[in-house]
Amino acid sequence: MANVSYRKERIDRGIKARTDDIFAIASLQETLYLLFPRLLLIVPLVVFPLLQGIIGAYWETVFLIALVVTLLALSWDLLASVGLVSLGQALFYGVGGYFTAFLSNYLGLPPLISIPLATVSGASVCTLLLYPVLRLRGVYFGLITFAIPLLLMRTIEATKILGGTEGISGLAPLPGLTVELYVMVAIAFVGVFGLRRLIDTDYGLVLRAIRDNDRSVEAGGINVPWYKAQAVFIAALPATFAGAFIAHHYQVVGMSAFALDYSVLPLTAVVIGGPGSFAGALLGAFVLVPLSETLRQFGTLRVVIYSVILLIFVVGLPEGIFRFAQRKYQQFERLVPMEEVAKE
Amino acid sequence: MKQQPILKVADLSKSFGGVHAVNGVGFELQPGETLGIIGPNGSGKSTLINLITGFVKPDSGKVIFRGQDITGAPPFKIVTSGIARSFQMARSFSSMPVYKNLIVPLYSARARKLKGGQYGDRDETAIHLLEEVGFERDSSVPYKLAGSLPHGYVKRLELARCLALDPEIIILDELFSGMSMSEVASILPLLERINEEGKTLIMVEHRLRELFRVVNRAIVLNFGTKIAEGTPEEVVAVQEVRDAYLGSETEDA
Amino acid sequence: MEASVLLYGLVNSAVLMLTALGFSLTFGLSGVANFAHGSLYLAAGFIAWMILHYLGLPFMLSVVLTIIIVGILGAAMYRYILMPVRGIALSEVIATFAVGVAILEFFRWAGFVTYDFNLPSFVKGGVEIAGVDVDYQRVIIIGIGAGLAALLWYFSHKTKIGLALRGMAQDEYTALSLGIDSDWAAAISVGLGAALAAVAGLAILPLGLISINIGYDVLLIALAVTVLGGLESTTGLMVGSLILGFASVITANYLGPQWSEVVYLVAIVVVLAIKPSGLFGKFKELEERV
Repeated sequence: MANVSYRKERIDRGIKARTDDIFAIASLQETLYLLFPRLLLIVPLVVFPLLQGIIGAYWETVFLIALVVTLLALSWDLLASVGLVSLGQALFYGVGGYFTAFLSNYLGLPPLISIPLATVSGASVCTLLLYPVLRLRGVYFGLITFAIPLLLMRTIEATKILGGTEGISGLAPLPGLTVELYVMVAIAFVGVFGLRRLIDTDYGLVLRAIRDNDRSVEAGGINVPWYKAQAVFIAALPATFAGAFIAHHYQVVGMSAFALDYSVLPLTAVVIGGPGSFAGALLGAFVLVPLSETLRQFGTLRVVIYSVILLIFVVGLPEGIFRFAQRKYQQFERLVPMEEVAKE
Repeated sequence: MKQQPILKVADLSKSFGGVHAVNGVGFELQPGETLGIIGPNGSGKSTLINLITGFVKPDSGKVIFRGQDITGAPPFKIVTSGIARSFQMARSFSSMPVYKNLIVPLYSARARKLKGGQYGDRDETAIHLLEEVGFERDSSVPYKLAGSLPHGYVKRLELARCLALDPEIIILDELFSGMSMSEVASILPLLERINEEGKTLIMVEHRLRELFRVVNRAIVLNFGTKIAEGTPEEVVAVQEVRDAYLGSETEDA
Repeated sequence: MEASVLLYGLVNSAVLMLTALGFSLTFGLSGVANFAHGSLYLAAGFIAWMILHYLGLPFMLSVVLTIIIVGILGAAMYRYILMPVRGIALSEVIATFAVGVAILEFFRWAGFVTYDFNLPSFVKGGVEIAGVDVDYQRVIIIGIGAGLAALLWYFSHKTKIGLALRGMAQDEYTALSLGIDSDWAAAISVGLGAALAAVAGLAILPLGLISINIGYDVLLIALAVTVLGGLESTTGLMVGSLILGFASVITANYLGPQWSEVVYLVAIVVVLAIKPSGLFGKFKELEERV
């Protein structure tokens, strides 16, 4: 008994185990156990847009920005599931915005057509642009996605193409903040639950396998670059949508759509919320964006603050808030002396 | 009267930064044959496998599979046409359960045409395949995270991945390395059975005694060149082979 | 006209190469993409400025001190921030990026945004070469660039420590089994990269005012040069900077200065389409090592 060391043991709560199968719906308590976290996510998002009279248009707009960041973060998270680290979500965002501006202003299409069209065509163009990089491993994807939107921004600024620093204005308006919020909330739900479902299918399994070990996937008879391209296309959709939608919201799109903020915010949101779960992306965005608004009085020091938060999460709590909370909800922990384990 | 060879490798060469890893190697393989590729470390065995399976593009030479030129085709295409391989440095998809590892090959275009490769059948096929390569039935091992598997099991998982594709040729790159004696002994009958089912086997191996129980022909590589070819007995008898490989092997042992 | 294009193209190329050198070295030796590169470059400028103005030390001493301080900063960043997440490319990139942004925005917040900040040139004055006026600082930049490139090539290909570092980047497991301490080696390479960023900053910043956004631009330029030339390749770095350096001077001269910005974007998109690993890159695809 000289050196008894302890290890932390995690055991599923009884209720977690019981609610794993279909019979959970037979008991109210267990149904509530399953529903509670989901409602915690859904109810505030559905109720918030109705509270405009109480909290004012300013915070409703903050809410809208949080939804934009959510979509960009969802996109980021899907890319990360295939092992692609994007440092330039602004690329998708900006492309979506400029595409819808073109469709709306030069072809005169209404937002109901121009936004979906810009979403799909923007995602296709981004996928084509990035396709050559997909054959390469490592941080290459990150370097390229980081550089392209920033270079685009400098190009637009210097050469005055695409409306230059002024941007393209006069886009067709959307029907009003409440409707806009509900559309975005709906899209965010489709994104979160859809992607969670997708990544659990056999198809999603193949995508995750590519991140683990692309060589073995290829040896399994699967065209890795082609699957990566599909993932990029799917991931680009929510982001180009967000860009197109916001362009119509402000009725203007400018080169700031390619700015670093739209790359850093979603990245930070996922890291805070926890990568790989999609719900974490949503959670992170709704922690980060309001936080960043309240820190606005500190000027650029707030950027320093969330860089530090980012660091703390990356180094100290890489699983993120969502997985942390999920674990606490589903399991209890206790310390077990190592010898007791050995005897068993 | 000879049949049409199933695989014909002709004059294959590849050099890395001036070093000839594989230099003008060629051989033919009849359907249902079992071929061993042996040679000292760094003699180009793994590179030869990589060249055949498309993971490395050859500088020159040809690989003909069932009369079709597959030289330099992308690896997944070669797999789809019917050549599966395992890796010497085997790695699993560590973040998913063991049996889910096999969903990946079962999802490929080739496996989806097979029985058991359809949606809904794949989990069961996967468990069945694991059992076939020696994972105990009813044990919890197939449901554990693949990252926690011991090395010998990862190797067997590699073999199961090949079998999932129902290929015509299976290339096993040092399957036995890292396996215990008893593990090897339990795999040997499986390999014999696979061969009896008509599959062609190519095995790169260091453990000659076990290898020669499976293969009926062997080629020997040294410094990227083929120095001998023939039955195990013939190959071992060649003096050059003894000098290059077997001599040092016995000294080590 | 032609002589000035040639000369300023050369100066521009040297500037680009110096800018990218530290980033490329760190990546080549340890596989860490240091996204704090631009911040270290800029931090060097501010540190040197503070040493000169608050401590009043002689110029050359300040330069040497700054390079050492920034080098240590880089190594410390590896030791205390990167080491816990070593091997997880995603976390490495995010962590260095966060450090970089934190440094830059801290300087912005602390008020380093006025027009007071500039560094003295090493030598005042200028010279006329082939009928073109060039100040000494630009000539010196060409000299430093060429000298450092040669030195680094020698270091990483001929010296024991350089070979050890490169060996580790190739295959960490083998290097470990040969008794190379990979954490030590990586800390050295990040520190060296940081020191080179400081050298570049101290040589180039005297050409103009120091402003925060330079930090972001430097990172972007370093990325563009290394992506064009090919990561992990010293030759690629030189060829990449020569191409971009001359291309932007030529476009600025004949099409107008605003078009020189387009050069970077076009170069990256073209190289992506033709040879995604960069001109001299041997970036691994699905290859297994021999």
